[in-house]
Amino acid sequence: MWNTLSRMWKTGLLTEPLPVLEPAFETPSPDLDGLQSDLLAVVGRALCIRHVDAGSCNGCELEIQALHNPYYNLEGAGIHFVASPRHADLLLVTGPVSVNMEEALRRTYDAIPGPKLVIAVGDCGACGGIFGSSYASRGAVANILPVNATVAGCPPTPTAILRAILQAVRAPLAEVQRNRVIST
Amino acid sequence: MKVRDFLKHQRFPLPANLPASRVCADRRQWLPLAATLHESGARLLTLWGTDDRDRDGRFRMYAAYLAPEGVLVVEHALEVTEATAFPAYPSLAAIFPAAQRMQRAVYDLLGIVAEEDPGNEADTRGWLRHGGWPETFYPLRRDADGSRQYSNFSAPYPFVTVEGGGVHEIAVGPVHAGTIEPGHFRFSVVGEKMLRLEARLGYTHKGVAKLFEAMPQSSGHRLAARISGDTAVAFSWAYCAALESITGTICPARATRQRALALEHERLANHLGDLGALGNDAGFAFGLTHFSRLKEDLLRSNSVAFGARYLLDSIVPGGVAADLPAEAPPLLLDLYSDLERSVTKLRSIYDEHAGLQDRFRGTGQLQPSLAEKLGALGLVARASGMACDLRVDHPWPPYDRVAAKCFVQSTGDVAARVQIRFDEVYESLRLCRALLQDLPAGPFHAPVPNAAPYQLGLGVIESWRGPVLIALETGPDGCIRRCHAHDPSWQNWPLIEYAVIGDIAADFPLINKSFNLSYSGQDG
Repeated sequence: MWNTLSRMWKTGLLTEPLPVLEPAFETPSPDLDGLQSDLLAVVGRALCIRHVDAGSCNGCELEIQALHNPYYNLEGAGIHFVASPRHADLLLVTGPVSVNMEEALRRTYDAIPGPKLVIAVGDCGACGGIFGSSYASRGAVANILPVNATVAGCPPTPTAILRAILQAVRAPLAEVQRNRVIST
Repeated sequence: MKVRDFLKHQRFPLPANLPASRVCADRRQWLPLAATLHESGARLLTLWGTDDRDRDGRFRMYAAYLAPEGVLVVEHALEVTEATAFPAYPSLAAIFPAAQRMQRAVYDLLGIVAEEDPGNEADTRGWLRHGGWPETFYPLRRDADGSRQYSNFSAPYPFVTVEGGGVHEIAVGPVHAGTIEPGHFRFSVVGEKMLRLEARLGYTHKGVAKLFEAMPQSSGHRLAARISGDTAVAFSWAYCAALESITGTICPARATRQRALALEHERLANHLGDLGALGNDAGFAFGLTHFSRLKEDLLRSNSVAFGARYLLDSIVPGGVAADLPAEAPPLLLDLYSDLERSVTKLRSIYDEHAGLQDRFRGTGQLQPSLAEKLGALGLVARASGMACDLRVDHPWPPYDRVAAKCFVQSTGDVAARVQIRFDEVYESLRLCRALLQDLPAGPFHAPVPNAAPYQLGLGVIESWRGPVLIALETGPDGCIRRCHAHDPSWQNWPLIEYAVIGDIAADFPLINKSFNLSYSGQDG
């Protein structure tokens, strides 16, 4: 027990600031508090993500798993990966959609209560990548599901994935604010 | 001629990065050869088929064996059959149980049948074909159009059922609870105890073999790296080694050292990740936090040394894509020292944690005798008493210069696979230091000429998971005629089904993680 505690003490806090968003998604408070109030405004709670590997080479999975390490500390930001699609607000899909995973992907999407967001992660998910469309692959996720955002990269870095998640969540918020400006 | 004499006199050298030879067998010799090789301690490495009807009207089967003296490829041209019948060859499954699933995959891809002995019932369930393309479409046949799309009809897949009072089934997947790859597991349990597990894989089949056929030789390494992303360095090196062996290209010494450095970094990244995940799956989240931090440090140093966190494009035919920058060696040496210090502390925490050891020890036990019989490969085999590591048994450059050590445990449980990973982390750190010290000046790339057509070459590399193999057959005009990729997960997936028997269902994630096999590498 002493060794465990001393290891924690010596390692300290490693969590880094949230990634800088693209100008279109800039918010008045880009810090953790700002993010959490935005999450509350959009999903009304911590953001819950369900991941589906629709046929990836497992490279993108490694970078999604990295989001849980203490540097990115995804859970600390109020973003949570869930085991059931019924609990999810956002679906993260990796890989080209293999023919053998097509039905499972559709069923997972259908099981998520609306409104829901879909992000296609990696070159394969975004455009089919090196695998493209064939007898065994349906190519990009957008060929099967409505996709809100894509993350390029083979595999994309954890920062790029995190940025895409934050932006996808803020997109509806930006929409709400725009509508408010128009109505006033 | 006796089989042993036949083997002695009829084998010809095969281009490869380690000792390899090739022998042609007819239908009568195919099984006796397998039996003789089995007796002499050889293991089945892989099986693949080709459609050569455009050249000589035949289909061919190849079996690659890992024998004590190197790799032996047995080639068998199937007898020409009537237009209506399926071409067939004798099944190897009775001698090498690992052949079973591979033979089912060969049927799905080529429509050639493994004939069982009378009395042995053949398993005719599709392995890679789940109903996404017609039963009469065999993608690797030369006349099959791989780009054509078919609508999906989910075909029934009867699992073997366990009967008796109180037995029920738990169906898991293909979508799992965590961020992992898809596969279906069917557990038959009584209470919490697992009586039987049957896995159904193939969900991530992306038609890799068919894609290779449309590619120039100069870009096949990119697809090879994406067969299984966590084994990208090993697969792309195996591809390059096969192409370089065929063309007689000598990879410069500076490049081979950098390739080995990349391969050891891949081993380190995976082992560190697994050690953390294994702690987490046994309820010790501290382990995941600390090991994932070390893994992230390694990946960030990869960005400096190799230009990317994951090295999917760093190994190219003839050498490496970019030279190690001058600032990398001191940075890497610092990283190795930090990793070694931290892992030593974490290892003693793991070893002394009673709750953790209670979950690790005796769980998911794969008896050495069973591992031997079923032909286990790589890390899983070493945790079950088999001393096998290609870096030690058949060292290819630069491993002939740095002498890797092979670590073996005999208990075959989760604890053994944890200990092997710890030992190999230290050994990889030692190898990385040796490779950096021994880094000669000179070019990091050599030109690769176009290969002559219809040449077969092998690349076999010991990845962190076990030996990966690429068998490359060249076509005319710098094209690939056939490229078969093999991941050791093929051999090790069926072993999990034995390792879980008698354990509780809640231990399955821990056991599965301790094997950490590739779905994508198996599905292809």
